[in-house]
Amino acid sequence: MAGGKMKADSKLSGQAYRWIDERYGVNALVDYMGHKVVPVHKHSVLYYLGGITLFFFIIQVLTGILLLVYYRPGAESAYESVRFIISDVSFGWLIRSMHSWSANLMVLAAFLHMFSVYFTHAYRKPRELTWLTGMALLGLVLLFGFSGYLLPWNELAFFATRVGTGTAGTMPIIGEKLLVIMRGGEEVTGATIGRFFGLHVAILPGVFIVLLSAHLLFVQRQGMSEPLEWANRPTPEKKQMKFFPHFLLRDLLVWLIALNILAILAVFFPDGIGVVHWPLGTKADPFAPPPPVIRPEWYFMFAFQALKFLPPHIWFFEGELFGIVIFTVGGLVWALVPFLDRKSNAGQKSKLFKLFGILVVLFIIVMTILGYILE
Amino acid sequence: MPMRKLVFILAAAALLVACPALLAQENNCLECHQSFEDEDDGPSYKIVRDVHSQRGLSCADCHGGDATLDDMDEVREVKGYRGVPSPLEVPNFCARCHGDASYMHEHNPALPVDQLDKYKTSIHGRRLLGKKDTKVANCISCHGVHDIGSAKMPHSSTHPLNIPQTCGKCHADEEYMADYSIETSQVNDYAQSVHGIALLQRKDLGAPACNDCHGNHGAAPPGVTSLSAVCGNCHALEAELFNSSPHKVAFEENDYPMCETCHSNHKIVKPLDDWVGTMEPALCINCHSDDDGTRGFETADGISTAITNLVVAHREAKSILDEAIEKGMMTTDEEFRLKEVHQALVQTRTLIHAFNLDSVADKAEEGLKKAQEVEANSASLIDEYYFRRKGLGLATLFIAIVIIALYVKIKRMG
Amino acid sequence: MAENKSTRRGFLELVLGGGILATLGAVFYPVIKYIIPPQAVEANLSQLKLHFKREDIEADPKKAKYFKYGRHLGIIFVTETGALRALSATCTHLDCTVQHRPDLGIIWCSCHNGKYSHDGKNISGPPPKPLTQYVVKEADGTILVSRSEA
Repeated sequence: MAGGKMKADSKLSGQAYRWIDERYGVNALVDYMGHKVVPVHKHSVLYYLGGITLFFFIIQVLTGILLLVYYRPGAESAYESVRFIISDVSFGWLIRSMHSWSANLMVLAAFLHMFSVYFTHAYRKPRELTWLTGMALLGLVLLFGFSGYLLPWNELAFFATRVGTGTAGTMPIIGEKLLVIMRGGEEVTGATIGRFFGLHVAILPGVFIVLLSAHLLFVQRQGMSEPLEWANRPTPEKKQMKFFPHFLLRDLLVWLIALNILAILAVFFPDGIGVVHWPLGTKADPFAPPPPVIRPEWYFMFAFQALKFLPPHIWFFEGELFGIVIFTVGGLVWALVPFLDRKSNAGQKSKLFKLFGILVVLFIIVMTILGYILE
Repeated sequence: MPMRKLVFILAAAALLVACPALLAQENNCLECHQSFEDEDDGPSYKIVRDVHSQRGLSCADCHGGDATLDDMDEVREVKGYRGVPSPLEVPNFCARCHGDASYMHEHNPALPVDQLDKYKTSIHGRRLLGKKDTKVANCISCHGVHDIGSAKMPHSSTHPLNIPQTCGKCHADEEYMADYSIETSQVNDYAQSVHGIALLQRKDLGAPACNDCHGNHGAAPPGVTSLSAVCGNCHALEAELFNSSPHKVAFEENDYPMCETCHSNHKIVKPLDDWVGTMEPALCINCHSDDDGTRGFETADGISTAITNLVVAHREAKSILDEAIEKGMMTTDEEFRLKEVHQALVQTRTLIHAFNLDSVADKAEEGLKKAQEVEANSASLIDEYYFRRKGLGLATLFIAIVIIALYVKIKRMG
Repeated sequence: MAENKSTRRGFLELVLGGGILATLGAVFYPVIKYIIPPQAVEANLSQLKLHFKREDIEADPKKAKYFKYGRHLGIIFVTETGALRALSATCTHLDCTVQHRPDLGIIWCSCHNGKYSHDGKNISGPPPKPLTQYVVKEADGTILVSRSEA
């Protein structure tokens, strides 16, 4: 029978609920969800970050599907079709602009979400898999960004992709093969567009949805992580809020604000802001000389700049290779943090990992800024 | 001693003796002259840059004498010794080879051999050979001597880029030209003209230098009637229009120098739109007035109005288009269309030379229509710009309402 | 009091519902307009399909027509032998627009009497460089123009 607080009365929503419950027995689940609570404390606002990332992802999917209606992959049609969308299709400029902005904001939100989880040690037991799926999702987001960037086939993207795939090609043993597979050949051509397009609209979304579902399932099953200081308080002092409807409505509010900000950015800055710039520009021409400044997207800039700083040789290693190795090792440590950080698992403060986190954040920020100043 | 051995020894001895003589096939002229001439401008030093020397000709080939001799007195005794020609002798001196078709055929078949004939028709030639005036230009004055270069070579005094300077050596020298009744302002005027700027500053070899209008060997100012043919070599369309216009006959009857009448000869500058019309500084009213019995005055007025309208239309269209561009809208099509308006303007200005109001007015009308299209389309692009912001404002309003209502609801739920 | 509360709540629900509907409208309006195809149904691919046919070119008194190729102006014309040729229409001297002169069998620039041959080579007058050639293909009466790979 209907229990909990769901209005199972003569209203339409109640009838619909009864119809479904009769067939699928959702009552127990709904009851369970109704009891879900969210801790309230000074860092509660960080709980919204994951949802904001999800919001931007949803925007990406919707605008991406719309762009698919007119976009044509291929060296002879990609650029022209994007130009067509921006200039001839009604509100095409808006859809494209929102897609570009939402992409960048999603990456930003994902990073903020990850760092907030890190510094509150929310990755600790029992949430190791949530962290790992999250790291995989971040990797996918970066791949989304890299693959999507090439699709307009303009000068900007062509050279950035050439440099990016070239860097990947310096990896030991697998580097050459990897480069050829990424590019669909020795050089960046229409074949590269084909692969990146398949990756961007089919493979990555598929994998992403699966991992995202797991990630969300874990969060729903385990509830929100409690910060250590909060968990150690006596029970009466632990303020909580119900997920349905209180937290959800606040989440919705944040999403609406994000939507509005996105719309304002898309209208006032359709081609980006400052150095984070994506005008359509001129069509890619493999025979033209590269522009004086080739930039990766801002979220790759820190790695790009760090590699530039490395000398040609370190010990017997090639400089770039050394850099890639360091980044890989660092990334692995970061990904395995739930298993390495014993103290958090034991419910104690973990100064070492906090320090590591601060160093990583500083490194990324400094390298990114330097990357733009030193051009 | 056996016969063979003797012959061998004798031959070797002969060779040894002959050696200096053989070696003396070298140019003794150069050896001797280089010992006392200035390194910078002595002929024996300059000659390495000369095209004749590079082609294997020696001092003796022009001056006569014998290059193997090392005593100047002996050289002078050689039959056919010509020495240094006087200015009066120079043209024939050079034409000895350059006017000889079969000789030139051996060395450079592509070179013309009519320079002396042409020279004789030129002002320079007639004064030199007729009036014995040695101040005028002869071959050496323009081509130089001992370092003569082909006109295709950039350092040559006859290369197009250097011709104004070469002619100006005399023609821009007031003191030198004091005996003659022609001005000395030509080179200066030319340098300020569109042709001069194109040639001397932009290095556009398609622009005319002095010889392109005056001829080089047959240098003379173009005759009054032949002026439009000369200008028309490049400005073919304007010449064609002019020749079928009423001005052709009128100018001929009045002995006006065709194109030069309005455009000047050396200081040809970019014509301004207000040269055509019925008010200062128009050129038309130099001859035409309201009651002169021709349609000139009203035609000038009509043409001036048509062009002014088009210029204004182009400017206005451009300013609106610029605003659309500045606002970041996609303006490629309209930029294209504006170029077509400019094209119509260029064609309208060319059509002036027909001095016919109808053809000018028709072309100007074409341009006006296009300019109006540009204006209208650019204006709607700007409208779109504002529409986007208004749309955003409206959407923001709706979202803001929802945000506030939601916020209140949240607060109420506690 | 309770009535006030419920009217206030009712009002709030109304505003909220109305606002949500309006927002959905503001979201779906651009999306619907986006999906409706624009006038120019297809993007101009880098191979340009001309909107006129060979007969139209031959009917022209100068046996030539102009077309827009991206940011550039091109001229397509029929030669004496009946071949279709396309060249850049911008003179390489001072950027005037060239024209076809079937009477002279050349491409002519009226600005300074520059002349080009049918394959774009500059043969007389000031132009310093030839005109770029385009590749022309005719298929079922439609004319396709594209950049040459060279």
